[in-house]
Amino acid sequence: MKLYWKFFSIHLKSEMAYPASFFLSCVGRLLLTVSSLLGIGVMMWRFGSIGDYSAGEVLLGFGVVMTAFNLAECFARGFDAFGRIVRQGIFDRLMVRPRGLVFQVICQDMRMASMPNIVLGMLVTLYGAQTGGISWTFPKVLVLLSMVGCGSLLFFGAFLVYASLCFFTLEGLEIMNIFTDGIRTYSQYPFDIYGKGVLFFTTAIMPMAMVQYWPLQYLMGKGSSWYGLFPMLSLWFLIPCLLVWRLGVRHYASAGS
Amino acid sequence: MKQYTSFFRIRFLAGLQYRAAAFAGVFTQLFWGLMELMMFRAFYLFAPEKLPMDMQALCSYVWIQQGTLSIWNLWGWEPALFQAVQTGEVAYELTRPTDLYAMWSARGFATRLSRGLPRLIPILIVGSLLPAPYGFRLTISFPTFCAFLFSMALTLWLCVSICLVCYSLTFYLTDYRGIITFVPALCEIFSGDLLPLPFFPPVLRRIAELSPFGSLQNVPLRIFGGNIAGAQLFGAVGLQLFWCLTVTVLGYSLMHRGLRRTVIAGG
Repeated sequence: MKLYWKFFSIHLKSEMAYPASFFLSCVGRLLLTVSSLLGIGVMMWRFGSIGDYSAGEVLLGFGVVMTAFNLAECFARGFDAFGRIVRQGIFDRLMVRPRGLVFQVICQDMRMASMPNIVLGMLVTLYGAQTGGISWTFPKVLVLLSMVGCGSLLFFGAFLVYASLCFFTLEGLEIMNIFTDGIRTYSQYPFDIYGKGVLFFTTAIMPMAMVQYWPLQYLMGKGSSWYGLFPMLSLWFLIPCLLVWRLGVRHYASAGS
Repeated sequence: MKQYTSFFRIRFLAGLQYRAAAFAGVFTQLFWGLMELMMFRAFYLFAPEKLPMDMQALCSYVWIQQGTLSIWNLWGWEPALFQAVQTGEVAYELTRPTDLYAMWSARGFATRLSRGLPRLIPILIVGSLLPAPYGFRLTISFPTFCAFLFSMALTLWLCVSICLVCYSLTFYLTDYRGIITFVPALCEIFSGDLLPLPFFPPVLRRIAELSPFGSLQNVPLRIFGGNIAGAQLFGAVGLQLFWCLTVTVLGYSLMHRGLRRTVIAGG
């Protein structure tokens, strides 16, 4: 853990060395989120609410996934650029070091420019929590925290699979964006508004609804309190992700250099 | 003129070679299109009377949007050209007996068409398999179709000219990160990419429609669905033409003024 914070501060310092560039990438990442928010804002201005959800509840669900995604992106950015690590033979160097591989890849790269987005995500979540008309109790606050925490672990798992495929293809696969960017974009609204198929997919396959739709039902007082435990249960998703990763590592043949 | 057309042909044929990329593109865009449709469907089923567009027009909008995405998406510009200006590599281009603006325009047209055309047909075919009102339907009269094609051509022209303004601005700013951060974000909001412009509140909608970005995909996609028709159609296409000419002149003069004051340092 100490080693991790050392890496963290190194990355922070290296990005801060070019303040203008750092500022611009922060703004760029913020704009992406702001335009999604604007989209929700416009639709809510026009329709008032959607299905059973008030604007506040929609924002709560969106804020949770947004915070989770940006947390994962900030810390697990190394997997996003993994094609480079494999192609340039950096992975060889990692394998001879006496530390876990996943840990080392995480330490390779961090995206500090996601920080303002994390803050914005938290603000949106708080705003949604305030205006959503939810009566907050201590267990509900815990559930909310587990939604954000488990959500970012799920995205981390998706990044891990994305990276593992680079062992086979050497190049990141565009199609895998569906599981990361696609899920992030469409978490603008609770997953059930897209219909049963999408809800099933996001519950059973890439369990993003387990940290957004189901616990949200519990928070709104519409579902059983079991739904509050779903974020924890969703973590089963990490098992196949780690297996794919192990398979990839075993398949790895150095690109040389 | 001949050198530009043959350069266009070479780039176009080269662009067509990337079949795997085209296939992946079709797949991803089908996914995005379907998700967007399901989102609109939820609102449509919830309160159809509050939808500012006809549902069929909206669905055609989404399908053509996905089908023609690579023709007019602003972020489809070429980072290599920004770098060429930044690093001074552009000097090589200047040694050729051709006009830089025309060459890079030809390149822009070729890249966009070669990426866009192979994806258009498969996406529209899949789109037309879906039931009404969610599928893609060719319910359009011949004159409107011609207006649509003309307006789409203007969209492509405007998109290429906006890209050239951005490349040219790099002569003055050197650092192009600011441009590639802000311009696509503005474009996403104001061109009807985020949501079709009729969804916007009146003031925001007016600003977006009058801005150069509002003359991109917004016009042809709405003509197709019949959302822009009659006198409005002539106004909208006229505004498109105005922005095409203005932005082209702007880009051309920016580039040539930039080139005049550029000093290439050794190498």
